[in-house]
Amino acid sequence: MTIKPITYFDNNATTQVSQGVLEAMLPFYRESYGNPSSMHHFGGNLSLQIAQAREQVAALIGAESTEVVFTSCGSEGNNSAIRSALSNNSSRRRIITTAVEHPCVLNVAKQLQSEGYDHVVIGVDGDGQLDLGQLEEALKVPTALVSTMAANNETGVVFPLEAIGQLVKTAGALWHVDAVQLAGKAPIDLRSLPVDLLTLSAHKIHGPKGVGALYVRRATRFQPWLLGGHQERGRRAGTENVAGLVGFGQAAEEAKEAIENDVIAQVAKLRNRLEQGLLARIPDCVVNGGGTTRLGNTSNIGFKYIEGEAILFSLDSHGICASSGSACTSGSLEASHVLRAMAIPYSVLHGSIRFSLSRFSTDEQVDLTLQVMPEIVDRLRQLSPFSDDDVSWLQQMELAPNP
Amino acid sequence: MWNYSEKVLQLFHNPINQGSFKPSDDPTTAIAVGEVGSIACGDALRLHLQIEVAEDRILDARFQTFGCTSAIASSSALTELVKGLTLDQALQVTNGEIADYLGGLPEAKMHCSVMGQEALEAAIFNYRGIEREELHEDEGALICKCFAITDSKIRKVIAENGLRSAEQVTAYLKAGGGCGSCLVAIDKILEESNPKSDGPPQAPLVVRLQQIDAVIEQDIRPYLKADGGDIQVCGLVGDELHVQLRGNCSTCSSSSDTLRYAVEARLRERLESNLRVVQVP
Repeated sequence: MTIKPITYFDNNATTQVSQGVLEAMLPFYRESYGNPSSMHHFGGNLSLQIAQAREQVAALIGAESTEVVFTSCGSEGNNSAIRSALSNNSSRRRIITTAVEHPCVLNVAKQLQSEGYDHVVIGVDGDGQLDLGQLEEALKVPTALVSTMAANNETGVVFPLEAIGQLVKTAGALWHVDAVQLAGKAPIDLRSLPVDLLTLSAHKIHGPKGVGALYVRRATRFQPWLLGGHQERGRRAGTENVAGLVGFGQAAEEAKEAIENDVIAQVAKLRNRLEQGLLARIPDCVVNGGGTTRLGNTSNIGFKYIEGEAILFSLDSHGICASSGSACTSGSLEASHVLRAMAIPYSVLHGSIRFSLSRFSTDEQVDLTLQVMPEIVDRLRQLSPFSDDDVSWLQQMELAPNP
Repeated sequence: MWNYSEKVLQLFHNPINQGSFKPSDDPTTAIAVGEVGSIACGDALRLHLQIEVAEDRILDARFQTFGCTSAIASSSALTELVKGLTLDQALQVTNGEIADYLGGLPEAKMHCSVMGQEALEAAIFNYRGIEREELHEDEGALICKCFAITDSKIRKVIAENGLRSAEQVTAYLKAGGGCGSCLVAIDKILEESNPKSDGPPQAPLVVRLQQIDAVIEQDIRPYLKADGGDIQVCGLVGDELHVQLRGNCSTCSSSSDTLRYAVEARLRERLESNLRVVQVP
């Protein structure tokens, strides 16, 4: 089998480490491998590098460097943020999330429910946009924490952060934002947004895997989740992943430049060409979340009457990497909770493919996808027993797993 | 990423017998159609059989499938397997034979082979004018509400495939894979279907593998080698022995017979009556 060049359109899953990031990291494996907590210059001097990385990450989100706590990943950030927020507010045993959060938020909330907390879930509309009225209503009961994403990983839908912040702060609750997908793809300025806790991850912005950060607003009480040494001002123990943190810092700086220099706008142009090209060439497809504000890099398209895994396998044979919300690709037997929360019909939902681009995506890669996708969809549709919405099978919706 | 066999990928990329039959005026043949699954569940199969009326025999078969890679490959495999069989013979085809034809399926995808078997049953019952529900009069209880799976269906698949855990039942039938509320009920059905044996407790894995190796060395390998083939044990998972056939056996058209009759039957007879032998890619 010949190895095909890779068309990587799965950047919401993870990204390529940039050349600049890799070069910034290597010296901290090869030469300067010390422990920053050591009482010698060889190790101790590394705290300067970490301080610089902290400033670079803080600059990406308009924070002060003391407000940045480094973690091992986005999931750790979300877990520790939620646990800390609740332990600081023992009289209010109630947490609000949206229906489309990442599993590392929803599963924590589920666990909290078994510990006696109330978990209130705010729904989304057919475009995946948050129901602000429902949030306002839910906030009438004293609530410890509201946890919302900034942008959704599957659809790229961006939530109205200013409006959410206003509601949350009026109600006197703490606000945690999972900004793993938004950071680096759109500007965030925490000087003008009343967020208390905010999660970031390095590998979604061309940094290394295994590194993340949690923003903790100054004067917010923070209960550490991982106990041990005094690292991160006592807020997160464990020897610093020096090379990883330096890589994250560099990635944050490059992402900030990409936003300021309109590189991100170029990515959006490429995404639009891909999306509009697919819609023009292929009948019976729908952009999920297409009617509201979205990240510029993400396109989630439902190709009706065919199944996502079969599309992904076909794309894979052309070296094209994407992902799907269909049941067969989810690792469980249920289709994506995000698309189900949007009440997308099953004929669209199971054939939904997410293309997520980055600043390394090219016109040639879009051309290739536009070239092969119509054939793939056509072939699978010829195999399918479904071809319109009226067949009797499609009416058997009561057999569907409910979200 | 699923680890599919070459045969699955081959039948996915180049399926055999896709489509349907044109209506014909020939009174000596008839078309039977079986539909299972739904678009809501994420896979559905419409199977078409062309039947020679006088002989009650399947002349040809076609499929239309909405589903993943292995659902499409399983459907195509099914159409090849049933050609030439009488309807009575076709009713004996199990989901295991479909999986074997494909060189095995990942366990989490076994439900694709079950869907094939069900469509075959549905098509034949349709042709014979039998309501499928009538045949399962005792199926009172709907166990899995998410995927609409009854206890009789669960019992059948447990028995046919020697299933031991609720996770396996989910992989074969999807039952329990939705909200998970019925997992306790599935555990109970498993308990009833697999009564605890009074025999001695199972030996440790290493000992079992040594015993299996000894039987293969003495009683199986010599016969395979005589035909220019060989067998390699890859691992033992529960009661499932994973093997690879080598040399002539790997390309032999009767390799699934070899596995079932020469390898599995002998190991069952000599060692563990629950052992299942599965060919892995």
